[in-house]
Amino acid sequence: MAAQNGEGGLALDPMHQFEIKRLFPINIGGIDASFTNASLWMVIVVLAVSALLLTGSSKLIPGRLQSVGELAYEFIANMMRDIVGESGRVFFPFVFTLFMFILAANMLGMIPYSFTVTSHIIVTLALALVVFIGATVVGFIKHGVGYLKLFVPHGVPAAMLPLITVIEVISYFSRPISLSVRLFANMMAGHTMLKVFAGFVVAMGVLGGWIPLAMMVALTGLEILVAFLQAYVFAVLTCIYLNDAINMHH
Amino acid sequence: MRWVTPLAGAVMFATPAVASEGGMPQLDPSAFMPQLIWLAITFIALYFIMTKLALPRIGGAIEQRRSKIADDLDAAQNLKHETEKAIAAYEAALADARAKAHAIAQETRDALSAEVEAERVKTEADLAEKLAGAEKTINDSKAKALGEVQAVATSLAGHIVSELTGVKVTRPEISKAVSSLAK
Repeated sequence: MAAQNGEGGLALDPMHQFEIKRLFPINIGGIDASFTNASLWMVIVVLAVSALLLTGSSKLIPGRLQSVGELAYEFIANMMRDIVGESGRVFFPFVFTLFMFILAANMLGMIPYSFTVTSHIIVTLALALVVFIGATVVGFIKHGVGYLKLFVPHGVPAAMLPLITVIEVISYFSRPISLSVRLFANMMAGHTMLKVFAGFVVAMGVLGGWIPLAMMVALTGLEILVAFLQAYVFAVLTCIYLNDAINMHH
Repeated sequence: MRWVTPLAGAVMFATPAVASEGGMPQLDPSAFMPQLIWLAITFIALYFIMTKLALPRIGGAIEQRRSKIADDLDAAQNLKHETEKAIAAYEAALADARAKAHAIAQETRDALSAEVEAERVKTEADLAEKLAGAEKTINDSKAKALGEVQAVATSLAGHIVSELTGVKVTRPEISKAVSSLAK
């Protein structure tokens, strides 16, 4: 066990890929603002999304790259129109940025030896809190104190009302947690699983390694689907929370 | 059997390693701050790139296409209207021409039948005239013939009477007798 640990410890440790390495230590007033591998991949995400949407022409008849950008644009625009309605137009750039950021982070994370920005709970929690606090603020700006009626659904018997209200409050405040944990756990679990199977391929060698390898190919396909799906789910839930805040349909 | 040991090692290793290195790297609080700071920087940067550059570009292209399609559809609609108008005008002209042709044909037919009628009347009048002429000629001839017959009969009767009886009968007497007999 110790020999294996020494030889393949780094390669086989499935959590190793999530480690934060400080590439340029930066310290501003005692606050650690180091440029880490996570920061590097965040920058790469920004560059990749910008490159995808800004390079290429902007023509009447779109080329391939332009079609991708327009597809993403219309996808999010239609989703917002369906869920939030026309009043949600103001938040379209934010939801679009959120979707593209998470999608690019998830997809770039599928590249071997890259780093998955969204596999860190602190990142997903920060994004979820921005959505949660933002939606709450929008709700109070739009409806004032009346936004609290969100916790008191219509048509509930008076006897049930205290219980229902408590449940509504709990469910409302668990939104950022479920939103962030869903994305983080999906990303981490997928990458950990791939790494574990990769370890099996090495361990089982030329004779038996094909089985986990085939498994890995299938899992990689699945993970690419999950990468898209989780970005989509995050955007959809953001829209649903915004819809609650703006239209208060409950 | 050689691979069983490493496999078992990997399986066993996969789980305890997490705990042995002090849990998940995601839960290391010292790594929170740099990530939050860089997430804020990159996300805000991406937001501004999207709002200032990418979205107006894409939205503009989509909007331009939409308006171009709407314009083209409008133009097509206008052309269709014009076509319909042209067809209506053509049909009106056609109906007009047909009516005119009808009128002309009718007129011609009327004129022709009037002419034919006039010709017919004239011919009939001619024929009637000729018939009358012919009848007159016949009557004349007949009268003349009858007159001659009377004259011949008178002279013949005079001769016969004188030959048979030897009585000389005057001409007016014979003539009177013949004409009374001829009646």
